[in-house]
Amino acid sequence: MADERQSGNGENQDNLDLAFETMELKVGPSHPATHGTVRIQLKLDGERIVWSEVEVGYLHRGFEKECESGLYYQVFPYTDRLNYVSPMINNVGYALACEKLFDVEVPDRCKYLRTIASEVSRMSDHFTCLGACALELGAFTAFLYAVEAREHVWDIHDEMCGARVTCNYVRIGGMSADVGPEFPAFVHEKLAKVAKLKKDFEDLLLSNPIFIERMEGTGMLAKEDLIAIGVSGPLLRAAGVPYDIRRAQPYLIYDRIDWDIPVGDAGDNLDRFLVRIAELGQSTRIIEQCVDQLPGGPVDINDPHVRLAGKGRVYNKMEELIAQFKLVTEGPKPPVGEVYLAVEGGNGELGFYLVSDGSGSPYKCRARSPSFSNTQALSRMIDGQMLADVIPTFDMVNMIGGECDR
Amino acid sequence: MAEEQKPAEAPPAKTPVEVNPILKRLVDTFGEGVLKTHEFRGDATAIVDRGVLVDVCRLLRDDPEFQFDFLVDVTAVDYIGRKPRFEVVYHFYSIAKNHRVRLKVPLEEGDPKLPSIVSLWVGANWLEREAWDMYGIRFDGHPELKRIYLYEEFEGHPLRKDYPKEKRQPLIGPGAVHHDPQNDDLSIT
Repeated sequence: MADERQSGNGENQDNLDLAFETMELKVGPSHPATHGTVRIQLKLDGERIVWSEVEVGYLHRGFEKECESGLYYQVFPYTDRLNYVSPMINNVGYALACEKLFDVEVPDRCKYLRTIASEVSRMSDHFTCLGACALELGAFTAFLYAVEAREHVWDIHDEMCGARVTCNYVRIGGMSADVGPEFPAFVHEKLAKVAKLKKDFEDLLLSNPIFIERMEGTGMLAKEDLIAIGVSGPLLRAAGVPYDIRRAQPYLIYDRIDWDIPVGDAGDNLDRFLVRIAELGQSTRIIEQCVDQLPGGPVDINDPHVRLAGKGRVYNKMEELIAQFKLVTEGPKPPVGEVYLAVEGGNGELGFYLVSDGSGSPYKCRARSPSFSNTQALSRMIDGQMLADVIPTFDMVNMIGGECDR
Repeated sequence: MAEEQKPAEAPPAKTPVEVNPILKRLVDTFGEGVLKTHEFRGDATAIVDRGVLVDVCRLLRDDPEFQFDFLVDVTAVDYIGRKPRFEVVYHFYSIAKNHRVRLKVPLEEGDPKLPSIVSLWVGANWLEREAWDMYGIRFDGHPELKRIYLYEEFEGHPLRKDYPKEKRQPLIGPGAVHHDPQNDDLSIT
């Protein structure tokens, strides 16, 4: 079909209006060269993409509907499954939105733990994204280095909450568990291993001309277009816009920590890759400072109407026993109102919009997921490019099905 | 005592307008078009009529004081039993000015449509499709208003409060599971 243009050569060779047929190609929803369930419809002129459409929704599980039928504290396991490679950031984002609604503030130790949890999650998100990108461009060895590093990162997860992936760690007004006294040393040891693997991973790929050629200059989109589409996170920063919610509207303790926002310049896939690599380093910096400064004191707030008071008090005090019973059966009751709170997720602005009617369940619990807006830009990034550029571009967009389709 | 009396004297609806320059400017510019404003937990919110929505959005985007270049989110809320039943909710952010604002447009149950803002922010495209898919809100002027998560044959809009959570619908396509209303079991045909 696509060859018809060539078949007409001869006297019509210079006639640009010559009719030719484009070839239709459908990539996905389950394709070995992509991760995540998404279908990309393409029309090709030779190997060049003349039209594309991205279809999402293959992993839609009705996140909002489920949340509306549960109590506030029952939403946490669902948030784990939004972006399942950085579940703790989702936990933290939802908890912060709830706390804004309830108007409570957690103790310092809890803020530090949440910051560590967020950055650990960001590292696992970036390692997954970068490793999968290497894999799908044929660099299987490099992928294994990234996955090994991710295992160490997940060991820190494990140490904090006892789970590797679906952690369900954060609570409204506190955390489900505190860390032990050996935690800082453990984290330092793990991060040292991660840093070494990250160095190897970087060296393997960035000295590889094939990898560089496939990443450099592909999938570009001007920063004005990215902003108009609502793209955030590493994609936007790679295009030179230093928008990071951790700096723009600091939450937890990001304003007390010394860290930088890595930005790119050209905004091509290579820049996106390098920005993520640099962010891994920044996350390490943040975690190291947090564990060194980790203050003592309680993790949970002292408010039995929002956070479980703990068995010691529940078994010995009538008030706390009643409060615990009501908290578990009816849920914590916020005032009537609505809040929006955004945190910097692995892929950009992760926001929660909660509407309360005064009962124990959220009247509406909306997750503004970065992947949804970022995936919307994919079609524009690949239009006019070669078919082979779809793979690195899709990898760098890093669409996470659970988060995009909710 | 003096502190207690102070909030009681001021009309509650006016306070956020006095405090927040964005809301004040919107009320001054659009008058009756801005139905109500409030500021809960620091989130500035303006409830506007759908007739002025596009003008409000254009001002928010283009005015040098506002510069809301980043459309964060579009969604809807179904307040079943209340009039008007629906509210479409927009969240905007300005990267240059680092401020946020929320717009809400109330819509009647029998006429859930409002103008699309895809012409102002391209990113509204998928978000409006999602609101159509989940709540059945029509966006006039949207280039291609079709479902985004669910399939075209799906009946109803699942995030409406009167859509039962347990409801099952047949899958469409090859190898689909067909639902026999006489028999609650699902059988593959």
